[in-house]
Amino acid sequence: MTANEAMDEIFRREAGRVLATLIRLLGDFDRAEEARQDAFAAAIEQWPSGGIPANPRAWLVSAGRNKAVDRVRREATFHGKVLNLERASAQADAEVFLDEEDEAVFGDDRLRLIFTCCHPALSSDAQIALTLREVCGLSTQAVSRAFLVGEETMAQRLVRAKKKIREAAIPYETPPPELLDGRIDGVLAVIYSVFTEGYAVTSGPKLMNEALCDEAIRLGRLVNALLPGNPAITGLLALMLLHDARRRARVSDAGNVILLENQERGLWNQAEIAEGLALVEESLRLPGPVSPYTVQAAIAAVHARAPDKDSTDWRQIVGLYEVLLRLQPTPVIELNHAVAVSMVDGAGRALDLVESLAARAEVKDYHLLNVVRGSFLQRLERTAEAREAYQRALAEARVEPERRLIAAWIAQIDAG
Amino acid sequence: MNYLLLIYANEAQTTAMGAAALTAMTQEYTEFTKGIIQAGQFKAGDRLKPVSTASTVRVRNGKTAITDGPFAETREQLGGYYLVEAKSLDEAISIAARIPGAKHGSIEVRPIWPPAG
Repeated sequence: MTANEAMDEIFRREAGRVLATLIRLLGDFDRAEEARQDAFAAAIEQWPSGGIPANPRAWLVSAGRNKAVDRVRREATFHGKVLNLERASAQADAEVFLDEEDEAVFGDDRLRLIFTCCHPALSSDAQIALTLREVCGLSTQAVSRAFLVGEETMAQRLVRAKKKIREAAIPYETPPPELLDGRIDGVLAVIYSVFTEGYAVTSGPKLMNEALCDEAIRLGRLVNALLPGNPAITGLLALMLLHDARRRARVSDAGNVILLENQERGLWNQAEIAEGLALVEESLRLPGPVSPYTVQAAIAAVHARAPDKDSTDWRQIVGLYEVLLRLQPTPVIELNHAVAVSMVDGAGRALDLVESLAARAEVKDYHLLNVVRGSFLQRLERTAEAREAYQRALAEARVEPERRLIAAWIAQIDAG
Repeated sequence: MNYLLLIYANEAQTTAMGAAALTAMTQEYTEFTKGIIQAGQFKAGDRLKPVSTASTVRVRNGKTAITDGPFAETREQLGGYYLVEAKSLDEAISIAARIPGAKHGSIEVRPIWPPAG
């Protein structure tokens, strides 16, 4: 590794931690970002000749904090602010050099940052954007691309969110025990949104945005490491790993969708599956109520253990969906439950479930519902109705590979 | 930091309350107010008379225009407020969540600018 590569590696590894600690010391997101940039610039200038310091993280934090103090001295005539920063600076000296407590102190700061970015007083769009920007360190451009909004719009969203944190005094802290569970739910919702947007994009030319899946899993690992032994966190990480394991098998070389039943299971990532399976079991052993994430992970685990579609334990999957429906009665889960039921009791009974779901107005234009309904009708040899259902699904689908798959089914029916 | 907690509720529902329910509500508010005074969080707080007593004032080109009522028809109306001191938004939210009206109406939590100068 060259000296430059070594420095890049340190910057990549330490960027998140250094920022989290600087936000606490400086009490402001923008100042902390500026300070981190200054610290990295100083490192680029000094490390090649002076050598990489023994504790680069502490060096970067203390350089950043010093630069921020200089900056405020230059800018501010407001006396109180300088005093505050000088106090922060003394505190930083005391903390930054306590090497033994390093990991714990920096870990706490990262957790503070995550909870602040995922604070329920921010809109969920803002929570996701802030987390990707501040915790994962994605550029504003990368975040805006992932969510298909203009860079300017995304930049505005981030500015507004940071302004609200400052002006409304959203605390930079890990919530007290009585609020912790609820706030963890919020953090997990953000991570899961990032993952699902990566795993099944809402629209566009590609089925997946792998970078978002990677970020979500990285966040899941981080939160799981910082708050070990929490069943919901463990369950979500397991769920993401077991789904992500199918990544290479889900899309053909031509970019077409391959359904679970047709996937070449040899392409599934066995390392992710092994880790996911162990986490599901750990999550089920942990005290506390069962999390919906864990139940979903348990369903993915049944698929992961089966060598093919026919040897899948569908009865167990139906049972798990019934548990899940009690915890989280949503249309998507009802639909998945119906698919599992069709494998156990046949398409006729499953179709009744889907029709009852479709009768409720709130899911009328959910394209997967028509895909599922179409497949049941086809299995029941009600071809004309199946075609109509696929036609409706096609009108609503927004992702190109999915549209091609549905169009292929219609063409198949037409070919007789 | 100071926060203004604005209490919104459906006024028609409040007006339709029976005497017993009204007494119970008043009692709940008294308890709550006592609690935040003791905790050193209370700065001010009042119940407002109904929207039917409200007037809206605008000055345009030096001319004062007065209209009856608030400027917009909404499902919930401002019915009262508390001014509290809290160390963070989380503390302000936890105070807001204990306001009796939060159970049927809604509370808007607004941070207040520190005095200029």
